[in-house]
Amino acid sequence: MTEIIKFLEPNAQIISRRPSIIAGLAEILPDDCLITDERELVPFETDAFIAYRRLPLAVVLPETTEQVAEVVKYCHENDVPIVPRGAGTSLAGGAIPQEDAIVIGLSKMNQILDVDLANRCAVVQAGVTNIAISQETDSEGFFYAPDPSSQLACTIGGNIGMNSGGAHCLKYGVTTNNLLGLKMVMFDGTVIDLGGKALDMPGYDLLGLLCGSEGQMGIITEATVKLLAKPEGAKPVLFGFDSPEDAGQCVKDVIGAGIIPVAIEYMDKPAIEICEAFANAGYPMDVEALLIVEVEGSEAEMDAMLAKIIDVAKKHNVKTIKESQSAFEAALIWKGRKSAFGATGRIADYMCMDGTVPLSQLAFVLEGTAKIIEKYGLRVANVFHAGDGNMHPLILFNMNDPEESIKAEQAGMDILRLCVDAGGCLTGEHGVGIEKRDLMTHQYTKEDLDQQMAVRAAFDPKWLFNPSKVFPLEVREDA
Amino acid sequence: MSEQELISPTSADELVDAVNSAIASGKAINVTGSGTKSAIGNNVDAHVQISTSKLSGVSEYIHSELVMTAKSGTPVSKVQKELAKNNQMLAFEPADYSKLLGTKGKQTIGGVFATNMSGSRRLSAGAARDALLGVKFVNGKGELIKSGGKVMKNVTGLDLVKLLAGSWGTLGIMSEVTFKVLPRPEVMKTILIKGLSDADASKAMALAMGQSTEVSSAAHLPETISSTFLDGAFKDQPVTALRLEGLKESVDDREKRLVKALSEYSDISVIETDQSALLWQEIADVKPFCGTDTIVWKVSVAPSLGHQLVAKLRHVTDVDAFYDWQGGLVWISLKSGHHASELRQAIKELGGGHATLIRGSDDARSDVDVFEPQTLPVAALSARIKAQIDPKNIFNPGRMSLNDDVMNKTAV
Repeated sequence: MTEIIKFLEPNAQIISRRPSIIAGLAEILPDDCLITDERELVPFETDAFIAYRRLPLAVVLPETTEQVAEVVKYCHENDVPIVPRGAGTSLAGGAIPQEDAIVIGLSKMNQILDVDLANRCAVVQAGVTNIAISQETDSEGFFYAPDPSSQLACTIGGNIGMNSGGAHCLKYGVTTNNLLGLKMVMFDGTVIDLGGKALDMPGYDLLGLLCGSEGQMGIITEATVKLLAKPEGAKPVLFGFDSPEDAGQCVKDVIGAGIIPVAIEYMDKPAIEICEAFANAGYPMDVEALLIVEVEGSEAEMDAMLAKIIDVAKKHNVKTIKESQSAFEAALIWKGRKSAFGATGRIADYMCMDGTVPLSQLAFVLEGTAKIIEKYGLRVANVFHAGDGNMHPLILFNMNDPEESIKAEQAGMDILRLCVDAGGCLTGEHGVGIEKRDLMTHQYTKEDLDQQMAVRAAFDPKWLFNPSKVFPLEVREDA
Repeated sequence: MSEQELISPTSADELVDAVNSAIASGKAINVTGSGTKSAIGNNVDAHVQISTSKLSGVSEYIHSELVMTAKSGTPVSKVQKELAKNNQMLAFEPADYSKLLGTKGKQTIGGVFATNMSGSRRLSAGAARDALLGVKFVNGKGELIKSGGKVMKNVTGLDLVKLLAGSWGTLGIMSEVTFKVLPRPEVMKTILIKGLSDADASKAMALAMGQSTEVSSAAHLPETISSTFLDGAFKDQPVTALRLEGLKESVDDREKRLVKALSEYSDISVIETDQSALLWQEIADVKPFCGTDTIVWKVSVAPSLGHQLVAKLRHVTDVDAFYDWQGGLVWISLKSGHHASELRQAIKELGGGHATLIRGSDDARSDVDVFEPQTLPVAALSARIKAQIDPKNIFNPGRMSLNDDVMNKTAV
């Protein structure tokens, strides 16, 4: 498809040194940790933002922090750009490489090093999948809270890079609220440890700064994350409405009434149809908007909270209320929601937006989104985290139609501008990557971005880490 | 310390002007709110003091959004009063050490975030930094910078918000803060277990926190200090306190389940909302050490190690201590000497954490690093970050480290 977003011009001088760079890396790494064959590089050419592809110079898959440190040191000394990669599930293009860069993939560093239940934390390598931590601690009654939809595949390192969220972060917060410590390789190969098992770290909050820094400040190789005791029970309940406005008002009033369920998810009619066809979750098909509200606790607790939510919903003309009657039904309801992106992919190519808006603007932004989509003659399915205003319009299009592809990208950008103008932001949990990079000037002034880039430079003076991402190319010159 | 000229800007524009004129004349700035925490941190040698105390007022508050924006000098008491009108609160419970330090004035909301000071509920609800969603601050180039925003989920660009939180005024001066608020719990109950040693209390707290009963705070008050709470109601018995909060039906249900889970402990009782609120307020005020003149350290370690640290320190000197955050926050009072190196050595041997000198004489503060010294690469990195935000080192120079010069020399 036609590309609107530019990468940095590949540096021919670096590409011409490819044989010597590969030889240098081969000296550091075991044979099976270095990929240079073009066919074997193909799986690394993109991530979940599949519209853009670039073959990297080489891929390294180190097995230890020491190997990562040596590779980074080598790249620093030889001016080779580095693109870090977890599982490559970024929806924003955060892990897409470029021709003059090597990829450092953390997939081989997938060990859970320590589970410490007395202190409710786990120390894991960066390549451990999000779900693996909860699986490891499930039988002991604990879990790791942030739950991005891609949690079966995505890694903790990637979650930290993007400060990932998920459906349940309305109650439990996003990655940054669940991270206690990390080990990171800095630009010159120095390894630093930040935080640990204590609740907070001394000095500047570098954990907070690094979380969500999109692989631009160093390579995170280990993390200490919080574990929480699992709730006694959990129950998703479906609330169907005849209009998006009613559903939006209901969300606002539930929160306003002092009730914070563990999750409030929103689906519009197209999304309901797509997800139901895929998961047979029992979603009502005769409504225009659906809320999945999850309550937690013992039966008595869930009943008490649910009664209050139902009271609010009734004031907003709720049409159907359906409680999951078994763990199996509950799992199906979540399967439908968490498969929304994949299920959409079965019927069309799609682009997933991630703007966040104040709750009072939800209905307005939904209406504005519909107008933008109509203007470009496209289709949209809306599925998102309503409780915290994090919207995920899925713009449907045909990638093989160049004209429609451009329209889809333009519609996406218009929607994100609308989110910012409504008092929100470009991205709530997916990150900027390349996808939203050129819109950064819509949310921030030049001084704001210069300050961010100056801080970035304290970590990466040569701009070798993930260099084409986050900051618009045209604002970089005098940074 | 030299005589300081005091400037109290009344708008963000005036704040920008004040910083710019200090930059132009090469004057270091002592950054303050209302000065309630001026006794914490290393001494700052500055020529001018810029106070945010006249940047006051709630700018925006829509209670159904669970978000408030306020000017940085707004008194915390004013913020809490506004929130209370809608039955909401700052979930992290801003800590106020005025009683401990004997300082006067109303602490500001900016001061709370700039020092990242959180109370007992930090254990479950996150710290001040977790609640902070957006800031506007003036950097060392005299520019007004915005970071973050007013929505609950935001990963757009670098999170300078977190960096500003807990930077003790060394990176810039905040003019405005936007933060998350939460509904106030309908009821609060505290389960009390009496008679446990520090080590047994540590196990009991870990057991409680491992239940699906959402204990929001866990503290242990050893017998040496327990009589200072609730007018002596605990009669010199050690008390382990576990707080439950939320909707009434939910709290009642969780109380039953928690008491059952703790069945191995014989002396269990429960106090209701009013008494609970008072007890946790007194813990937040560090009541056992108020009105004395001992050296007071605040130590952060892995929760299960708090009591081990105190046991180690007892080999060296006379120690009074109590525990919050399940043992992860240890309040230590020392009658003779600061024992900084022994304390920090003990923390290191236990696997890490950090100690902050909260109360000490001027002599003590000029003798020790008030904040935990960082490893060399992290100190150098922090110095580079500071230089990228405050290139002329005009904001609170030296406040966070005695060795600013050393740090600058090691910077790349």
